Amino acid sequence: MISIVDYSVGNLNSVANMIRHVGGECCIAGDADEIASAEKLILPGVGAFDRGMEALRGSGIAEALSMAVLERKVPILGICLGMQLMTQRSEEGHLPGLGWLDAEVVKFCFPVGCKLKIPHMGWNTLSVVRDNPLILPEERQRFYFVHSYHVVCENQEDVVATCHYGYDFVAVFQRGNIWGGQFHPEKSHRFGMGVLRRFVEWMPC
Amino acid sequence: MLKHRIIPCLLLLNGGLVKTLRFKDPKYVGDPINAIRIFNEKEVDELMVLDIGASKARREPDFELIEQFAGECFMPLCYGGGVRTFEQARRLFASGIEKVCLQTAALENRRLITQIAEHYGSQAVVVSADTKKAWFGGRKLYASHTGKTLDISVDDFLARCVEAGAGEVLLNSVDRDGTMGGMDLDLIRETATKLSVPLVAVGGAGSLADMKAACDAGASAVAAGAFFVFHGPHRAVLITYPSYDEIEKFFGEAEAEYG
Repeated sequence: MISIVDYSVGNLNSVANMIRHVGGECCIAGDADEIASAEKLILPGVGAFDRGMEALRGSGIAEALSMAVLERKVPILGICLGMQLMTQRSEEGHLPGLGWLDAEVVKFCFPVGCKLKIPHMGWNTLSVVRDNPLILPEERQRFYFVHSYHVVCENQEDVVATCHYGYDFVAVFQRGNIWGGQFHPEKSHRFGMGVLRRFVEWMPC
Repeated sequence: MLKHRIIPCLLLLNGGLVKTLRFKDPKYVGDPINAIRIFNEKEVDELMVLDIGASKARREPDFELIEQFAGECFMPLCYGGGVRTFEQARRLFASGIEKVCLQTAALENRRLITQIAEHYGSQAVVVSADTKKAWFGGRKLYASHTGKTLDISVDDFLARCVEAGAGEVLLNSVDRDGTMGGMDLDLIRETATKLSVPLVAVGGAGSLADMKAACDAGASAVAAGAFFVFHGPHRAVLITYPSYDEIEKFFGEAEAEYG
């Protein structure tokens, strides 16, 4: 059973829809007790960093999540803002992040005269940089991205896959039971379904 | 590298799908759920559903129907039509859509753009500008809910919407709508250079070549209606979407520059 964390930012229905579509079971977890008993977690989210952190802290969800993820080693997948919240901090806000791994979030920064628009919005490909159980090095897979900020990992071994927009940035990271993906698997057709199905099936050793 | 998005834009009227010609003569083209299922199977980049009757009739969005749409979509879904309050937007996001598209509200109450952007992020707010060729050259903003042109410059309107928090612009030209005779490339070029946010061009696309031309002119994405629902010279109703291979072949060069 996957518990999708509800902290009133973002679109839980899409994630739940796709988990069920790939044969997984899921429920919505909106308070600390529900998270305390979760077996596997998804932290979705769209919107601003500080608003996300305020919502997590204000409801006591942040503490329950840290307990589950760091002490009980519950597998968790952060999606988009959910991934960014797992880091130490973000240029987008002032509040500290959950700080589960040594990484931070910065805004896309392009040289003057560069025509690339921000946000990075649309379908893009991944480069898998290390073997992992979630993102297979399939050719021609594409994922839906929409974000203005991206994660920078301090430890390169945490980086699972990168994406290119102006330059290479971290698209997926993993540290033990903690996974983060910048794209939206729930909006990425069968490519996203594959990722969510493998997360549903994943048993960390 | 980032791909240009190719977006079917479906028009909803009284619960059925229609396609217009120059914003007039809505022709019934089928059941929306059925169409959305087909587009989902064809793995379209994104889908846009605009209820063209809602604002005219001062009606609310059909939340139940939209929730059904969202349940069928494993790609981003944008909804527009009759969204006038934050509460309506909240209900739409809760039902599973990614973006709301505003036009009437953007003309009457730009604070709504800001409210939605502050809560759900700029990427969740698309502003739609319909334009019409003016008698003495240039283009005027057109209010689709009244069917009248306005004395507001398209650029000023869009600049103010982006400042208010809009994260994307849907730019249409009334004179091209449904004609499949090519897109207004001058309009796209002029507008895209002044915009800091992605521009979705719509209106007049009749082929992948038309779409590529719009992207070359600066559009981040191209939406189309007739191109995806009509087939052949007699405009028989048939839902199609080019295969990924076809799109890649066509857009190959453009992607290289873009990415």
